[in-house]
Amino acid sequence: MSARQAALGLGALALLGFPQLAGAYALSLATLVLYLATTGQAWNLMMGFAGQLSLGHALYVGIGAYSAGALFFHFGIGPWIGVWVAIACSLSVALLLGGLAFRFGISGVYFALLTIAFAEFTRVAFDHSDWLGGPGGMFLEVGQRDHWDLVHFRGPPSLYYYAALGLALGTLGLCTWLSRGRAGYYWRAIREDEAAAQALGIDTFRWKLLAVLASSAISATSGVFLAFYQNNLFPEQVFHISRSIEILLGPVIGGVGTLLGPIFGSLLLTLLSDGATELLGALGWELPGTKQVLYGLALLCVVVFLPNGVWPALYQAWGRRRPRLPP
Amino acid sequence: MPVELILNVVLSGVLTGLVYGLMALGLSVIFGVVRVVNFAHGELMTLSMYGAVAMFQRFGLDPLLSLPALALCFFGLGYALQSLLIQRFVTRPEHSQFMLLLAVAVCLANAQLMLFGPDARNVSVDYQLDSLELGPLLIDVPRLYAGGAALCASLAMFAFFRHSRVGKAIRACADNYRGAQVVGLPIRRLYALTFGLGCACVAVAGCALTLLVDVTPALGPAYTLLGFVIVIVGGLGSMLGALLGGLLIGVSEALAGLLLTPSAKSMVSFGLLILVLLSRPQGLLGRRA
Repeated sequence: MSARQAALGLGALALLGFPQLAGAYALSLATLVLYLATTGQAWNLMMGFAGQLSLGHALYVGIGAYSAGALFFHFGIGPWIGVWVAIACSLSVALLLGGLAFRFGISGVYFALLTIAFAEFTRVAFDHSDWLGGPGGMFLEVGQRDHWDLVHFRGPPSLYYYAALGLALGTLGLCTWLSRGRAGYYWRAIREDEAAAQALGIDTFRWKLLAVLASSAISATSGVFLAFYQNNLFPEQVFHISRSIEILLGPVIGGVGTLLGPIFGSLLLTLLSDGATELLGALGWELPGTKQVLYGLALLCVVVFLPNGVWPALYQAWGRRRPRLPP
Repeated sequence: MPVELILNVVLSGVLTGLVYGLMALGLSVIFGVVRVVNFAHGELMTLSMYGAVAMFQRFGLDPLLSLPALALCFFGLGYALQSLLIQRFVTRPEHSQFMLLLAVAVCLANAQLMLFGPDARNVSVDYQLDSLELGPLLIDVPRLYAGGAALCASLAMFAFFRHSRVGKAIRACADNYRGAQVVGLPIRRLYALTFGLGCACVAVAGCALTLLVDVTPALGPAYTLLGFVIVIVGGLGSMLGALLGGLLIGVSEALAGLLLTPSAKSMVSFGLLILVLLSRPQGLLGRRA
């Protein structure tokens, strides 16, 4: 289909050329969208595919960010080695959480609350760790900003944009591959009816655990990105429940269980939040909290009127009956 | 460490725990009947605390006196919330319900920020620093009143659910939804009533808590989490469990503040939550799902 190929090519060109065209602010917004798309995709892997609701996903992102950050801060070890350590740390936490939860048959609301408990427990524990900076935070040395230093992952904002783009596309590719393979079908079977899946001979414990592990590894990788992009880490911010909520808003708004939903949702939410700021700024309305109230109301409308998310609704409006599964 | 000190700390933990327990009772009743997890619980709690503070600052009314009016208002608020918004989400998947209540929570918390500003507010009643001496024990009077009010409200809830016809009908809905439909119970109205009652519990707990802590909009999520911890520890959906959980968390937090650093006290409650979830996921007094 040549029209489709042309559109894809044009899209790729726009994404690659974006840093040359856009200003610093738009670039930082785009980087944020891509970062949220990645974490959202990771969350969606667990909830949208395997049906395991996590309300504490900031845990994996934070563990990843802190592992790589601490290696760099204390030993000067760069992110290219740090990312593997981060993934390993995050995987072990995920193994502990998922293993315990699924072994003891915890599901539904209880599983969701367990993920909150783990994230909050970790937050308070990190708050009391002097080695990691405690509540005062951990600050990574900010390197030169004008040229690309790939070894230390330091450079101008466009470097981080391309890194986020790579992460988002890589995650999209990985999730597409996973969802079209054996894992995707097993996960959807578990999501729809766990007992039936078990009766068909699917080792639900193993596959659910695999979903948590894959999701945590992706989250940890984006956590490493976050650490080197922000250069400062506070437990109060990194592990806070509002971060976990930020992660899941994108996919829920975009469409749970779809591949493009998390990306679309992150874009929409970032635009919405930024648009509200602009609007209020233009009106000269500066009462704190107004923006968040607007944001909350918009969220409420989406949840009430588009229960399956915006992406499936758009897809329908464009004439196809419903998104093909997998996409 | 002297025994009197520990006893005093435990006692103050028990009194605070009664207030926590009442808040959690609201959450537990709502979950037990409507099967919706109220993620806006803490935000409702801070709203009622602001209500009490506003009444005090405007009319000089003691929070314990403005309590009945606030409870009535919150009952109406909860009734409206359930019948207008949440009812249509009852049959939707969990994450959808979660998003709805999250959106409500975001609106509530930030509306409070807009109305009252980010600074801590409190009431200064004239018995604020009084204390009762009872042998070796030293009891703060405001804490005693707060705990007493919470206990009375909890007992009223128990009596309502155990003995009144409406309370029995609500329990019937929770026990057997289809059976309740068959015998013709007005399920929607009973659900709205339950949500209203849950919110009234929150209002009473909020009024009592204004005697003990300063209120800021940022407290909302913390109380939501605290409510979850208590309810899970006690047993999601169990009324007595919520009260017991509240006492347990109140005492363990007070003791953790004494024995560890005060800032680590929430770690104790989350640790307790993880332990209970793994060893007895239905909670201490919950029934197996």
